[in-house]
Amino acid sequence: MKEIHFNDIADKIAQMCIDAACNLDEDILSALDRAIEIEKSTLGIEVLRQLKENAEIARNESLPVCQDTGMALFFVEYGEDVKIKGGLLNDAINEGVRQGYKKGYLRKSIVNDPITRRNTQDNTPAIIHTELVAGNNLKINFKIVGAGCENMSKIKMLKPTEGIEGIKSFVIDTVKEGGINACPPLIIGVGLGGNFEMCAILSKKSLMRPIGQPNKRMEIASLEEDILKDINKLGIGPAGFGGRVTALAVHIETYPCHIASLPVAVNLNCHASRKKALIL
Amino acid sequence: MPKLIKKEIRITTPLADKVIKSLKTGDKVLISGIIYTARDVAHKRLVDAIKDKEKLPFNLKGQIIYFTGPTPAPPDKVIGSAGPTTSSRMDSFSPALIKKGLKGMIGKGPRGKEVVDAMKKYKAVYFAAVGGAAALLSKRIKKSEVIAYEDLGTEAIRRLEVEDFPVIVVNDIYGDDLYLKGMKRYAM
Repeated sequence: MKEIHFNDIADKIAQMCIDAACNLDEDILSALDRAIEIEKSTLGIEVLRQLKENAEIARNESLPVCQDTGMALFFVEYGEDVKIKGGLLNDAINEGVRQGYKKGYLRKSIVNDPITRRNTQDNTPAIIHTELVAGNNLKINFKIVGAGCENMSKIKMLKPTEGIEGIKSFVIDTVKEGGINACPPLIIGVGLGGNFEMCAILSKKSLMRPIGQPNKRMEIASLEEDILKDINKLGIGPAGFGGRVTALAVHIETYPCHIASLPVAVNLNCHASRKKALIL
Repeated sequence: MPKLIKKEIRITTPLADKVIKSLKTGDKVLISGIIYTARDVAHKRLVDAIKDKEKLPFNLKGQIIYFTGPTPAPPDKVIGSAGPTTSSRMDSFSPALIKKGLKGMIGKGPRGKEVVDAMKKYKAVYFAAVGGAAALLSKRIKKSEVIAYEDLGTEAIRRLEVEDFPVIVVNDIYGDDLYLKGMKRYAM
């Protein structure tokens, strides 16, 4: 049994929140470099360069890359042989978020209730998905989820016979409809199968992958590639000002589903892909 | 095919009619002077105040509203990161403000028909700043002061002094639209 202290988790989470908000990972930075090479629109290239410059300013001055420092999302892999001392996991995570958002001068964007809408002032509560796994590690995957792109995301229960064509057209229509608002170039997370809530979680999980890392199954990887090609024919381009790079990647995650169902969730992610992971 | 890329145009607020008439979709513009921030709830309050014939916290004539909710200012800075938020959430409120003299809006994403029509009728322009370039944009803000609705926190109305704030004209007063034009040009 490995013991991990509540305060250790909270401290590490606090640091992770600030780090994610201000320091973009190498995967998104190199995806933007590749986009600059293939973009045909001069204005589009200027936008992409502005995004690179923005990332540099953010890193150098410890400023958030985007003012929407989002809702804090965690996917936790909780080893069966881990014991947390001093409190509960979810409380430790929320304590970390509270401290990190304060210390890092991050925006507090959470309201206590969808109807009465009073700001909680510390960006809690976070959204936490926990999975019990073998071993004595606590793996915490963190993602900042801004609302601009989240609001443009969609879910649809297709008929199984609609198949690949149905999936493709739903993903592409979602981008066509809300893509400009979601801050392109986008990373598109697609959840396929499972049921209503499972496909939404899968679409989000797919966004935790390094950008452009294909699905392990070849046929799914080639579907990702096909959809990306079609999306980049839409002409939306960087910032929606027109261009060839509307999306940087399409990530698909799948799960078995019911004979009568074909659930599809499309989670649009802006270019400010802010995610970090840590193992305790 | 009309070229979308042009040299940057420098303008200052409040916007003169002559300037508004000269701005065309796709123009790259650098704004200097005073602009005001407002987003969802602040817009609702402004429009309610107009309905109730109350005095507004600032005179809208010739002004620009920037749809943003900045991060808190660190001790050594005048403001935190401050990029544009999605404009369509303000669509149901913008026409009433345009009617009262608002001449410009800065945000991101397409506007509804009711806003485009009001912009044409009352001669106002919609600009986009690059979404997600919030740290870079904050460097062009020289002063920031909350002037109304302080209880709204990040959503309060701020009076910003900006210098060469980079935007692009999306909707001009002639009914043109950069998003439609750009997409049409690059769609395959």
